[in-house]
Amino acid sequence: MSSALKNPAVTNLIYLFASILFIVALKRLSHPRTALRGNLIGAFGMLLAIVITVLISIDRPDISGLGYWLIGVGIAVGTIVGAIFAVRVPMTGMPQMVGLLNGFGGGASLLVAGAELIAKMGEMSHPDFHVDETLRFFIGSTMAAGIIGAVTFFGSLVAAGKLQELKWVPSGNVIPAQQVVNALLFTLIVAGAVWGTYDPSKLWVFWPIVVVASVLGVLVTTPIGGADMPVVICLLNSYSGMAAAATGFVLGNNGLIIAGSLVGSSGIILCQIMCKAMNRSLTNVLFGKLAPSEGSASADDVYAGKVKSTSADEIAMLFDTARRVVIVPGYGMAVSQAQHAVRDLANALEAKGIEVEFGIHPVAGRMPGHMNVLLAEANIPYEKVREMDDINSTFEQTDVVLVIGANDVVNPLARTDPKSPIAGMPILDVDKARTVIIMKRSLSPGFAGIPNPLFAADNALMYFGDGKKAVLDLVAAVKAAG
Amino acid sequence: MEMFVIGITVFTLATFVGFEVITKVPPTLHTPLMSGSNAISGITIIGAIFAAGLKLNFWTSAFGVIAISFAMINVVGGFMVTHRMLGMFKRKG
Repeated sequence: MSSALKNPAVTNLIYLFASILFIVALKRLSHPRTALRGNLIGAFGMLLAIVITVLISIDRPDISGLGYWLIGVGIAVGTIVGAIFAVRVPMTGMPQMVGLLNGFGGGASLLVAGAELIAKMGEMSHPDFHVDETLRFFIGSTMAAGIIGAVTFFGSLVAAGKLQELKWVPSGNVIPAQQVVNALLFTLIVAGAVWGTYDPSKLWVFWPIVVVASVLGVLVTTPIGGADMPVVICLLNSYSGMAAAATGFVLGNNGLIIAGSLVGSSGIILCQIMCKAMNRSLTNVLFGKLAPSEGSASADDVYAGKVKSTSADEIAMLFDTARRVVIVPGYGMAVSQAQHAVRDLANALEAKGIEVEFGIHPVAGRMPGHMNVLLAEANIPYEKVREMDDINSTFEQTDVVLVIGANDVVNPLARTDPKSPIAGMPILDVDKARTVIIMKRSLSPGFAGIPNPLFAADNALMYFGDGKKAVLDLVAAVKAAG
Repeated sequence: MEMFVIGITVFTLATFVGFEVITKVPPTLHTPLMSGSNAISGITIIGAIFAAGLKLNFWTSAFGVIAISFAMINVVGGFMVTHRMLGMFKRKG
């Protein structure tokens, strides 16, 4: 065994096999039925890669006794902490969890780049050492891994902190002319990286560059918030993969390059999907600001005297004559942890012979697929949870739509007002249903900061209340109505 | 030089494979996709283990052991939480 491990061809083929298992794992994610097994396949691929790496490392003649310990301790600590995170995190906290994991991946790549650089500096102090192209590529890759890793690590910490709503995490523009400063920092980083690569005697420039990249990671993330969070999480997800791929170039390891680029492209695709679902460009999300356009109607004009509010008992009566009900959940459902109450409501309605389905907007919640996971947690079968494009054509045949804690994604202004900040954004056409009930705490605007004429529409009823409690009241009313 | 060209080739092809495979993941599974792909990006642990096993130097050892922990949190946390989530997706009846 140990002699086979000394042959790089053998170990590289094993890394290739692990990469194939990763691709199979992602391929199996194309259906909920096959996904669970796929994840196990991916985990097995990772186990294989780790075991083989540990075997190679402890087989090296120059490893110190401490080296064994360091590898063991690192693996043990990471396993325990990771397992605790995975078991403890509530489904509503998944965006923060993924954000944090992105950060750890980026941080690890940064540290590996740093360690490899120090080792290389040791080699370079040897008098026989001479600079060649290979060294330049090594340095360039190390710079890239360090920079992307640092941006990912610090950006992810800020993003996760904001999602967890930690008060001390900086939010909004924290310094004057933040975008200009960011552009300057970025230029500085690129210039430094090029300089260090061009002149390998200036390798120390890696460290200040990493510090600047860390600052940049924080500064690019603080201004982005609320409904734009899914885009940032996807982008950081992509970066964590790119950082791993860059580390692959540093080590000359194709397994890392393959796995890293898979993750990198995954994050980018999700980013594109999210941006398209908001009809905004990535640049606009990252650097722009959603501002209500001038001349848009004020909330008072839109709502004055036209908003009708309703009660749980009245809604229960409406349901009595309904044959098809669609429930549209938004971030509000996640905040109030109302998913189990929503399931009870769906069950109560189905017990009366009513067809119940769920309509999900791609950007509902704080990360892609957030709502689907919450509904799955509440045991709602995934066949009943339908995507926007799929369910939009059915609203005309729907008797009652119940919107729970969503706002901008059902705002008809996106279709009708070309000057609105959400103009052109695809929405769930709930206004086409016979009756729309909007469950919300107040008439306050959503993330886009604009009033929603849906609330004042003829076929709309407002059901004011606090998420979970309001749903539970509704369940009781439906059951009481016999 | 040659190694670098091979690396770029692998990177480019793998990115295309990634695009092909990921576009087929339905929106329902986008959250598990993120946590699962996250776990895969923990592959950087390979580099971390190499770094920790380098000839002894305080900084490479320190960076190595922290990097192993970080990457392992990524790997174990990612695969486990994905498993937990995917176990919740059920069919009718």
